[in-house]
Amino acid sequence: MSPALQGLMTIVIGVVGCVGYFYLSNQFLDKVLYPARGPNAGRNINRANLIRPWLFLFPALFALGLYLAYPVVETLRLSLTDRVPGGGYEWVGLRNYQQMMQEPKFWEAMRNNMLWLIVVPALSTAFGLLAAQLTDRIRWGNLAKSLIFMPMAISFVGAAVIWKLVYDTRPVEQDQIGVLNAIYMALGGAEPQTWLTTPFWNSFFLMIVLIWIQTGFAMVILSAALRGIPEETVEAAIVDGANPFQIFFKIKVPQIKNTILVVWTTITITVLKVFDIVFAMTNGQWETQVLANYMFDKLFRANDWGVGSASAIVIMILVMPILVWNVRNARAEMK
Amino acid sequence: MNNIAGSRSALVWIVNLCVLGLVCLWLFPTFGLFVSSFRTADQIATSGWWRAMFASEQNLTLRTAPPESQVQQGDLYVIEGNLFGDNPDAVISVWGVSSRDIDAYTPGETAELRRGGEITVQADGGYRLVNTEAFEGNRGPRVFVTATTPPELTFQNYKNILFDPANVDGMAKAFFNTLTVTIPATIIPILVAAFAAYALAWMDFPGRALLIAAVVGLLVVPLQLALIPLLKLHLGVGIGKSYLGIWLAHTGFGLPLAIYLLRNYMAGLPRDIIENARVDGATDFQIFTKIILPLSFPALASFAIFQFLWTWNDLLVAKVFLIDASGQTTVMTAQIVELMGTRGGNWEILATAAFVSIAVPLLVFFAMQKYLVRGLLAGSVK
Repeated sequence: MSPALQGLMTIVIGVVGCVGYFYLSNQFLDKVLYPARGPNAGRNINRANLIRPWLFLFPALFALGLYLAYPVVETLRLSLTDRVPGGGYEWVGLRNYQQMMQEPKFWEAMRNNMLWLIVVPALSTAFGLLAAQLTDRIRWGNLAKSLIFMPMAISFVGAAVIWKLVYDTRPVEQDQIGVLNAIYMALGGAEPQTWLTTPFWNSFFLMIVLIWIQTGFAMVILSAALRGIPEETVEAAIVDGANPFQIFFKIKVPQIKNTILVVWTTITITVLKVFDIVFAMTNGQWETQVLANYMFDKLFRANDWGVGSASAIVIMILVMPILVWNVRNARAEMK
Repeated sequence: MNNIAGSRSALVWIVNLCVLGLVCLWLFPTFGLFVSSFRTADQIATSGWWRAMFASEQNLTLRTAPPESQVQQGDLYVIEGNLFGDNPDAVISVWGVSSRDIDAYTPGETAELRRGGEITVQADGGYRLVNTEAFEGNRGPRVFVTATTPPELTFQNYKNILFDPANVDGMAKAFFNTLTVTIPATIIPILVAAFAAYALAWMDFPGRALLIAAVVGLLVVPLQLALIPLLKLHLGVGIGKSYLGIWLAHTGFGLPLAIYLLRNYMAGLPRDIIENARVDGATDFQIFTKIILPLSFPALASFAIFQFLWTWNDLLVAKVFLIDASGQTTVMTAQIVELMGTRGGNWEILATAAFVSIAVPLLVFFAMQKYLVRGLLAGSVK
């Protein structure tokens, strides 16, 4: 069967299946199990209403449990075991973690990830804030916003191709076709640089790609927050003789502090999961390894599920503080 | 608004310029790839894409027609023609007959050939080769020219990538594979999530707050953790690496955001409508399908766009749950990464392939931006 047909059938089966499940299970509850008739009508209605939420929730809970909650536990278990040749698993305690700690590649990934964690959220938020503030006050602001926002729609892989062309290097005697080298040579550089293979700085050239993508996201959220600032506070500051910079840094930024924090943490999570950019542009060579790509290497190239799972757990541990913070915020908001 | 009168106009100018600079900076890289996808391989390799709009000066090595085309005029043997063949739009500024001295002559001048004879080259590429003896050999002598060629944009790259079935680097198959992954993976989670979101927003039951907190928590769980356990599971139950597998995986990974977005939106709907419907005897199922679902359209659209962009652009999930050794089910992102490895220097292929995959999300983005922004604002945990 052709995949297109299979896809169409999946849509139909999926949609009909879902609707059918919800409809029939509700009918069953109301008409067969606890009919709202007869001597026990009142009790039946109450019982039906106790069960109904779980009918509505069941498919989603099942999928969430199977596809997100169970893997966390299973990955933890895998990280504490090793595969025995010929099938089965063997409990090895923390040995996978020990082995991982001894690998220089792991520490390189950790170091780079820390750099990414500092640089990308900071610069994306800063550029986003700048763009939000500037575009708010001009006539073609909305157009400018959608153009800066556009990279959000581009895949990491597409962005990798786009930026690889920017970073392209040709021998010194040829015309440079990469913008960066062309500018560098025009400014009097002696040799075209191979931006992506020069250790340490090459990580930053990869980070630029993610900053380029994430700035639009930061801008959209922060721009909405800036518009929510009460007009009076700004007007009062003008009356008191504040200049535009003071208004921005002393009046506006403090009022949107929480939103800035939200943007920062959201980008932090994206950074922790960053895989495609590194995978497509350098594949972790030339000291650009990051955790997510290290993990992919271990799982699918080295076929070492133990160490791969251990590094996945490391990513999970790094995400943990934000997870807890988010949950606490959400609960506080609901009260 | 927040400026003191007088300093206003100068400041507005500066702001406008800053924004213009920022926009150019953000647009420049994408635009470069876009322009490159319309240039020929030679053009991309010899000059930067920003030159594509202007006539470019290139150093070319060309040959005259072979000796067999010579004609005898009196006691002279002559070969005449145009160095640029059928495309005589180029203009020669200088030329030469030796690779060490490519700018020895200006158009109209005559040069001595080492193998005997003289050649005159005109600015438009026309040449006249004259010798007292017959030319020998089977190739004409080389002429080195520095010529200004007019800009030339072509659709050939797109034809090769999309419509040439013999092209192994073609994207047509990958395009349809991506589409096959994306559509079910976008539609199915919406339905599952909508019911759950309704229950979490408008039904009272013990443990509701806990479940909402759990959804918020799952929102940030890295899907990296799910790769091996789920692949094991899929292989165990016989789904293996297949479309069904990736549809299920995308559904699972998309659910937290879907539930979260939809619940927040539904919880904000007016309580009166729902309670009136309850009083009138509507069941929860009717309230959901007749009232909540139509009213929630903006939130549904937001999530649909997110999920579409995310599944279309995804590489990792496809690599793990779909693409097998046969390579028949490769998606565009994976194919591009492959091309970056095998065709790293062939920018005409890379640029075109990348743009084929970028085009659809960009269309969706510009058409449905309103919903995307709304979803972002609702979806970032406040």
